[in-house]
Amino acid sequence: MMEVRDLACERGDVRLFSGLEFSLGEGGLLLVQGPNGSGKTSLLRLVAGLSRPAAGTVRWRGEEIAGLREAYARELLFVGHANAVKDEFSADENLAISLELCGRRATAAARAGALDRIGLATRASLPARYLSQGQKRRVALARLCLAADFPLWILDEPFAALDGGALATVVALVDAHLERGGAVILTSHQEVSIAARTRFSIALEG
Amino acid sequence: MLGGLQTIVARDLRLSMRRRGDVLNHLVFFVIVVTLFPLGVGAEPNLLRAMAPGIVWVAALLAAMLSLQRMFASDYADGSLEQMLISAHPLGVIVVGKFIAHWLVSGLPVTLLAPLVGVQFDLSQQALAVLTVSLLVGTPVLSLIGGVGAALTLGVRGGGVLLALLVLPLFVPVLIFGAGGVSEAQAGMSAAPHLSLLGAFLAMSCVVAPWATCAALRIAYD
Repeated sequence: MMEVRDLACERGDVRLFSGLEFSLGEGGLLLVQGPNGSGKTSLLRLVAGLSRPAAGTVRWRGEEIAGLREAYARELLFVGHANAVKDEFSADENLAISLELCGRRATAAARAGALDRIGLATRASLPARYLSQGQKRRVALARLCLAADFPLWILDEPFAALDGGALATVVALVDAHLERGGAVILTSHQEVSIAARTRFSIALEG
Repeated sequence: MLGGLQTIVARDLRLSMRRRGDVLNHLVFFVIVVTLFPLGVGAEPNLLRAMAPGIVWVAALLAAMLSLQRMFASDYADGSLEQMLISAHPLGVIVVGKFIAHWLVSGLPVTLLAPLVGVQFDLSQQALAVLTVSLLVGTPVLSLIGGVGAALTLGVRGGGVLLALLVLPLFVPVLIFGAGGVSEAQAGMSAAPHLSLLGAFLAMSCVVAPWATCAALRIAYD
């Protein structure tokens, strides 16, 4: 599904990586590893289409993502470093809006189910400003429960700030997505066991 | 496409309702600035009548400046803007939605308040009507041009001051033709030429501003 050729990234004057190549098929998991500042987030932003590479191409189903724009975005679920959770909105409202931005609508029952699965059932109508860091992360990740029809998930440090129970839930969601034939790109500092048909990792150097 | 527009407008309006203080702040600011002038200058009707169009318009510009900074800043800080950039809806639609929502909570209330605060300056009914129409046509231009500035200054330290330096000079034509139209009406002449030019500015910024804002947002994230 995704083909990356000769990718290079520069931040300021520093070249973070160059000559990066990989291809990701259905059910494939790409684990991006490396020390802080090695370019993990930059790589994820490049393949998500948020920034442009210094060199090289990112192709989705044979076409460059820069030309696809919304057609690519409709198939992509991106959970970034920042949670994109509005303090003024409740967990449920945040979930509804983030899905609408992805071009999807979910019924109230489906959203309640998602929040229940991620462990926020009792906090669904509370403004997000009263939630802890880990709970806000859960709000951002609740989308994964309703994201079966996104072929590609890009997750930047999804397990940061999560406790053991939530971590197991998210791992199970990623597992199920790979099982369905979806592709996942993620970064993590934690060791997690995810079963995938094709699994490979990229180790970026600091 | 309309669905995306509706989503963003509804979201931003609901957000403004939850932050009612922010919205009221710049309206109260507008009323206070306009009211300070009659108090400071003294109750000389002819002087006040002559100054009124300029004062109301300058106050409207400053009130718009106060609200512009928030247009993208909080979405930028919490990562929502990132999601909008890779949204299933075209970025142009999202930006237009943000412009509409911004005008509805900043420009429109100022326009509606203007006839009330204009009474302090002993403006004739006709002049008040022209003032209101000029603000109705002119304040969307402030949201549009201001939005470009707000997007360009995202993530810049001291962005607020930079935004004012960037955007206020661009507001000058709006100020001249907005206030000029009211002065014409006071002198018993037709305000139509001024209002038409204001309309032309609105049409032009409708075309240019969304495109420029999209480009600025993409640069901010690159």
